[in-house]
Amino acid sequence: MGKHVLIVDDSASIRQMVEHTLKTGGYQVTVACDGQEALDLCQKQHYDCVLTDQNMPRMDGLTLIKNLRGMASYGRTPILVLTTEASDDMKAKGRSAGATGWMVKPFNPENLLQVAAKVMP
Amino acid sequence: MSIDLNQFHAVFFEESQEHIDTMEQLLMALDLEEPDPEDLNSIFRAAHSIKGGSGIFGFTALGKITHVMENLLDQLRNGERHPDTALVDHFLTVLDCLRRILDQYRGGEDIDWDEVEEQVKALEAILNDGKSTPRTSATASSSAEPDANADNDAFGFFDAPEEEPAETADSSGSGDSENWGLFEPEPQAEPSGAEAPDTEAAFGFFEDPASATEPQPAKTASAASAAARPDRSKAKAATPESATIRVGVDKVDSLINLVGELVITQSMLKVLGEDPDNLDTLKMSTVLAELERNTREIQESVMSIRMIPVSFVFNRFPRVVRDLASKMEKQVELVLEGTQTELDKGLIEKLVDPLTHLVRNSIDHGIESPERRREAGKPEKGTIILGASQRGGSIIISISDDGAGLNRGRIMAKARENGLPVSDDMPDAEVWDLIFQPGFSTAEQVTDVSGRGVGMDVVRRNIQQLGGRIEISSQASVGSTFTIQLPLTLAIVDGMGVAVGGQTFIIPLVSIIESMQPPRANLKRLAGSDLLHVREEYWPLLRLAEVMETQARSSDPAEAIVVLIETSKRRYGLVVDELVGQQQVVIKSLEQHYKRVPGAAGATIMGDGSVALILDVESLADIVRDPIVEEEIV
Amino acid sequence: MSDSQRSAESDESQVTRTDVREYLTFSLGEEHYAIDIMAVKEIRGYEAVTRIANAPDFIKGVINLRGDIVPIVDLRIKFNVGTASYDEFTIVIVIQIHDRMVGIVVDGVSDVISLSREERRPPPEFGVAFDSRFLVGLAKVQDHMVILVNIEALISSQELGLVDAVTQEAGNGDS
Repeated sequence: MGKHVLIVDDSASIRQMVEHTLKTGGYQVTVACDGQEALDLCQKQHYDCVLTDQNMPRMDGLTLIKNLRGMASYGRTPILVLTTEASDDMKAKGRSAGATGWMVKPFNPENLLQVAAKVMP
Repeated sequence: MSIDLNQFHAVFFEESQEHIDTMEQLLMALDLEEPDPEDLNSIFRAAHSIKGGSGIFGFTALGKITHVMENLLDQLRNGERHPDTALVDHFLTVLDCLRRILDQYRGGEDIDWDEVEEQVKALEAILNDGKSTPRTSATASSSAEPDANADNDAFGFFDAPEEEPAETADSSGSGDSENWGLFEPEPQAEPSGAEAPDTEAAFGFFEDPASATEPQPAKTASAASAAARPDRSKAKAATPESATIRVGVDKVDSLINLVGELVITQSMLKVLGEDPDNLDTLKMSTVLAELERNTREIQESVMSIRMIPVSFVFNRFPRVVRDLASKMEKQVELVLEGTQTELDKGLIEKLVDPLTHLVRNSIDHGIESPERRREAGKPEKGTIILGASQRGGSIIISISDDGAGLNRGRIMAKARENGLPVSDDMPDAEVWDLIFQPGFSTAEQVTDVSGRGVGMDVVRRNIQQLGGRIEISSQASVGSTFTIQLPLTLAIVDGMGVAVGGQTFIIPLVSIIESMQPPRANLKRLAGSDLLHVREEYWPLLRLAEVMETQARSSDPAEAIVVLIETSKRRYGLVVDELVGQQQVVIKSLEQHYKRVPGAAGATIMGDGSVALILDVESLADIVRDPIVEEEIV
Repeated sequence: MSDSQRSAESDESQVTRTDVREYLTFSLGEEHYAIDIMAVKEIRGYEAVTRIANAPDFIKGVINLRGDIVPIVDLRIKFNVGTASYDEFTIVIVIQIHDRMVGIVVDGVSDVISLSREERRPPPEFGVAFDSRFLVGLAKVQDHMVILVNIEALISSQELGLVDAVTQEAGNGDS
């Protein structure tokens, strides 16, 4: 059974694209539409990696990451921020929230799989 | 490995459409004095989402515009800029442009790049207007920077190029990270500092971000053709027009539960069927009753999936009214009521045109100019109420205005001019009905608002095609109301089967008050028409056999069954041979292969495979003869 | 190739080697007719119809064709040829043009024939039951003449009244 990845994005098309790509790459995938939904899911079970959008309704990506890092089971889980801009400011915020890394949108499917392989060896 | 991104395009188009609609609604409702930060945030997020998706799926034109929009919206939500009417207006025109581009991508057409450039320039002009942008907040500067870059570079906006050299140098150190990066371990230990990331060796970018993202072409000029070509083929394959429907998870869950129950029932039947010699008939009938319930509930559940709130069509009207009112130099407030009323998706889509016409009509012909309203002692601002409600098996949609009302004299004159048979003593309702005649427009001047070749006759025909009807009530200087009555759904109706002359017909249950064998003493005959006295009323009788040109079993109503019918126009009794029974029927179109049949709302297929007509009790009401003034009988 | 190209017989510009077309021939009274085979969806026996009130007598009614409500037209009555009797040998040809289906009752279905362009001659001006508007050609098959019918034009014509005529409906204000 492949590693289990949680995708958090409010955009259905991106969610589907990421889901499809990762499934094609042999990963098991669960999706959430916003940070709150993702947090609820994470409290019920453990995922091997979380890919989250930054800007979402209800709970944004950075808040989600802060919450996850506060949970014992997610202390060391790779968490990547999907962002449209890789500015210093974003990186500073991502880092302080506890993200493992970032990935710039737009990315293509091959790109995504490379990164996934890197964070989930 | 290659992933075909085309399969996600339909979803992207749909959600972008929703984002555009959301932005429009929020912008229109925005309180300019004290804008709600959450609203501004939502608008920003919508633009941001479109931009993100268009980047991934290669819809560059959408990405370019939403990118600049996003920067401007960012200023708004950060309080660096205050929204005003001009800005909102500008955003609205940008949204129109986004819609056009979305349609172009969806239809696989060529993108109008001139327009795209124009929009981007106009937005940038606003963005740079009077703002010497010495920004303090890091967020603002980071999001504004790429914008400057976008001027000379078609693809530069998804990254902050200023950071590129530094990052590239860093990444060459770590060697493996490109358009993404990993933070060093112990992230908590690192305080959030603006310069810290730059020194981190683990950060990295592709040297040329554009090359990593295949649908990002380079120069603007070539981008036009390069981006448009692949998109066309993609869109063709991916999008049958609006053939998808968004369904709440709760509806799907309830359907899954019901199917689960069905599976249980099926296995019970299987067990019963394994031993046919010792068939437990009582058990069997219980399980069959269960199966019937399952089927009905699944049917209802599936039908509910097609139901969406009328707000889907209503929400476009604040914009329509706003634009038209300013064009016509009138002041109009639009009030929406009952927007959560649910209606079949197919009906909703077909309502757009007729409703748009009626709303335009109300603004153009109904609401008077502010001066005239003042003279008439009315508030300068007119009101149009667009309302929806459910009444029994029907949906009522009404458009009311507090304008001048229909002009009886002018309609009569126009009717005479058109050679229509009119008389001065015609009741108002019949006069109003005249405006549904083809070629009928009484506007003093043909404006570009109402006078665009679509008449009220087309509106009425559209509504009739949906199985609905439209009626007008109007009072001089008080206003007019157009009422549209539609069936709740196009697909299923609870009906009563009745037989006459060996043929079966279905009467929609919602219109039936009761059925009875009429006592002979209560039947009267007057001026060649039959009347039934029941429920302290005289009901005119309509013989279905005559309407359907068939032979009733008996010509004596006392030996027949009378079904008491209530319609929006009147009550009457329908004389049939017998009742066949109550059942749910699936409505089939007669018009798909044939045409409208007078007196029939459609057809259905009975259990034995034969076809039965579903009666249109509303139109049958029109041929009921009213022989009486009440006191003549009493 | 679109449906209209298939059935629009008069398009002389389409002269290619594929210009051999297949036709279904049927009889009405003494005359033999042929229609483009591409317009024929199926051939079936006559079955009980549901009558439609206020329809002309040649519209027999509607039937359930796998969930679609399809009208049945008896061309024998419409063109006043043959004998309009209904038994187990009565034939219905189901025609499909674009999305619309209609069943036509004829005296009998004869054959499927192939005709090259040379074999198709101009239609007769008169002397047959069909209005010349619906005729596109004439061909000699064995020992008799076959009249080629533009079935699309016939089905959509006002004369059969199978389609709502916009002007008719809108002008009907005498209720």
